[in-house]
Amino acid sequence: MPTDAAPRDAGRGSLSDVVTSDAALRRFLQGLPGVDAVGLEARAAALGTRSIKTTAKAYALDLAISMIDLTTLEGADTPGKVRSLCAKGANPDPGDRSTPRVAAICVYPDMAAVAKQALTEQGAGEVHVASVATAFPSGRASMSVKLADTREAVAAGADEIDMVIDRGAFLAGRYLQVFEEIQQVKAACGAAHLKVIFENGELATYDNIRRASWLAMLAGADFIKTSTGKVAVNATPPNTLLMLEAVRDFRAATGRQVGVKPAGGIRTAKDAVKYLVMVNETLGDDWLSPDWFRFGASSLLNDLLMQRQKLSTGRYSGPDYVTVD
Amino acid sequence: MNAKLFAYAPAPESRAVVDIAPSYGLFVDGEFREAAAGKVFKTLSPASEEVLSEVAYGEQEDIDAAVRAARAAFGPWSALPGAERAKYLFRIARIIQERSRELAVLETLDNGKPIRETRDADLPLVAAHFFYYAGWADKLSYAGCGPDPRPLGVAAQVIPWNFPLLMLAWKVAPALATGNTVVLKPAETTPLSALFFADICRQAGLPKGVVNIVPGDGATGAALVGHPDVNKVAFTGSTAVGKQIARTVAGTRKRLTLELGGKGANIVFEDAPLDQAVEGIVGGIFFNQGQVCCAGSRLLVQESVQEEVLDALKRRLSTLRVGDPLDKNTDVGAINSAEQLARITELAEAGEAEGAQRWSPPCELPGEGYWFAPTVFTGVSQAHRIAREEIFGPVLSVLTFRTPDEAVAKANNTPYGLSAGIWTEKGSRILKLANQLRAGVVWANTFNKFDPTSPFGGYKESGYGREGGRHGLEAYLEHA
Repeated sequence: MPTDAAPRDAGRGSLSDVVTSDAALRRFLQGLPGVDAVGLEARAAALGTRSIKTTAKAYALDLAISMIDLTTLEGADTPGKVRSLCAKGANPDPGDRSTPRVAAICVYPDMAAVAKQALTEQGAGEVHVASVATAFPSGRASMSVKLADTREAVAAGADEIDMVIDRGAFLAGRYLQVFEEIQQVKAACGAAHLKVIFENGELATYDNIRRASWLAMLAGADFIKTSTGKVAVNATPPNTLLMLEAVRDFRAATGRQVGVKPAGGIRTAKDAVKYLVMVNETLGDDWLSPDWFRFGASSLLNDLLMQRQKLSTGRYSGPDYVTVD
Repeated sequence: MNAKLFAYAPAPESRAVVDIAPSYGLFVDGEFREAAAGKVFKTLSPASEEVLSEVAYGEQEDIDAAVRAARAAFGPWSALPGAERAKYLFRIARIIQERSRELAVLETLDNGKPIRETRDADLPLVAAHFFYYAGWADKLSYAGCGPDPRPLGVAAQVIPWNFPLLMLAWKVAPALATGNTVVLKPAETTPLSALFFADICRQAGLPKGVVNIVPGDGATGAALVGHPDVNKVAFTGSTAVGKQIARTVAGTRKRLTLELGGKGANIVFEDAPLDQAVEGIVGGIFFNQGQVCCAGSRLLVQESVQEEVLDALKRRLSTLRVGDPLDKNTDVGAINSAEQLARITELAEAGEAEGAQRWSPPCELPGEGYWFAPTVFTGVSQAHRIAREEIFGPVLSVLTFRTPDEAVAKANNTPYGLSAGIWTEKGSRILKLANQLRAGVVWANTFNKFDPTSPFGGYKESGYGREGGRHGLEAYLEHA
């Protein structure tokens, strides 16, 4: 991922003083413009009615594939499972080598080394290894455990760290604690990029999601991510749209560009294209790249591949013609 | 504009779903017939200036025949039990749903509005209106007009071109539910969906003469509202024509409802949910190319957030897609007629001449047809014509205010009083302002939301009477 595309100057100084105390941070976050839920959901639904056909669809399908963080986060994960996922990510469609590779393989920290090695062996070094960390998915552990978790994942070869915030602290209004945790994890990441997961389903209100977005971006997040995929409500078009608006406004205020990753529940090519339409019409070209937008998904890839085959051959071949991993 | 990474390929809705005949007659007494004098007029597609069809032009003799048919049908129709009338209305509603794709394409062709709107707004609302009033037909004793309210008789209805089929539904559904019969004149530039509706009436087996449709122009409408044997006149359209109609009807026993122009204020406070407010501003003035009587054509924005709101608005307008109305991704379609385009152009030029700053996003307009780019005027004062006169086009006038009192004073400082919008996160302010604004509809944190259960209508020169909801029944009932 490239670093800041735009200069860091504009307005930067004006935001540094909002993190000087818990009170200042709370005033700032609670002073952000409110979100009207009905209007937000209506806008997301309206963008979902865009009709993406032919050349536009071909572009969107390939872009979506290249933005996938192909994920396995199960208690039952084994090195064999992770290696087969890496092979899939490196060559998603064995029948069509023009298919782009996914952006990253996303695993638990103890599988990061396996994934790194498998991708290297596949000659797919450009596919990143993303590792969840900080006591994913609940985040309920001491700070020292979270930092150790992060350092081990990075040492094992993770290029990207997906951390979870302490939702308990956030909901209790201890914003500065959350801020400092993100800062410390960011420091522990070293060169690895940091994605900050809010678990939108647990933050519950759109106002909270906007506050969490600004909080994480102020603390140095490279990406903000909707959810772990482990709770009832994960990425939705409205909560992702809200985060897109937040990164847009943050760049306008500070000059720093931050990426967005919806995760969990995006299973069909049709849904993925709707998210890309939201990115296109909210943020535009600057974010239409795997450097700035990702999908956290597993089953999505096969549906994208089937749609891609249909577009190139004119026929829908079905699930027997994509690999099961 | 630079080439976009993610450029949407054309996604045209198929015209094949609608079969437009080369010519249409008047619909009188359950059948299509030629005009008595044999006159016809052409209806165009405003997006391409292509002639869609030739339509019979109704004159006095045709109006006489239509009113006679409606009078003859009134006795048996009004004598039917409400539940029986409801069956016809439910049937019409279901046929509209079944034929909604066809009707959406037809409406888009004849009116120029985007298929996205006819498909997602006009047609669902049309069906909903018939379903809603079908439900009232056997419950009129509870409409608030006494225990046994009576229908008025023959209703003369004249509708505009901005929502041709929806305005028909607003007029026809309550009239039929209450037991009246109807002679309706669609607008000169958009007669086709009303004629397709005539076909739906036949398909539903509606008794002949209950609905009669006589296309034509202003003279046809004048003959209809002036006819001595109509009991009720309902008009939606311009304030100038509304005043003429009021003069015509004055001194007769005809009941009158008028839904006229507007100059709606969309008031954005500094504590508004800004992203949604911007959506509301855009939907408020660019929905249907701004050809909406309740459009939020004046943006009143608090000075403290003026720059932020305008920046966001301009950014958002740059993503609007202007062009082929049949393309499913088009947001802004064609202006309905050359005449309307000339009026919008004239007022926009007056805005510039009076010193307001004009801005439009970069957009390419098609070479044929009637087009006007989405336009925003800043630096507008209450004295400018573009702040006072109804433009009825995609032109937004931006004014500022400092305090809630000033916002109310400016919003109310217009001869119109149809709609207003309030954007704030403060609930108490919404309730206070809604009581102070002299507008028939006040939207809070939304705009241009319609529902058949909700009464709609104006104050002052925006007209009188209400359409929609229980209140909409009163316009077609007499106290027992």
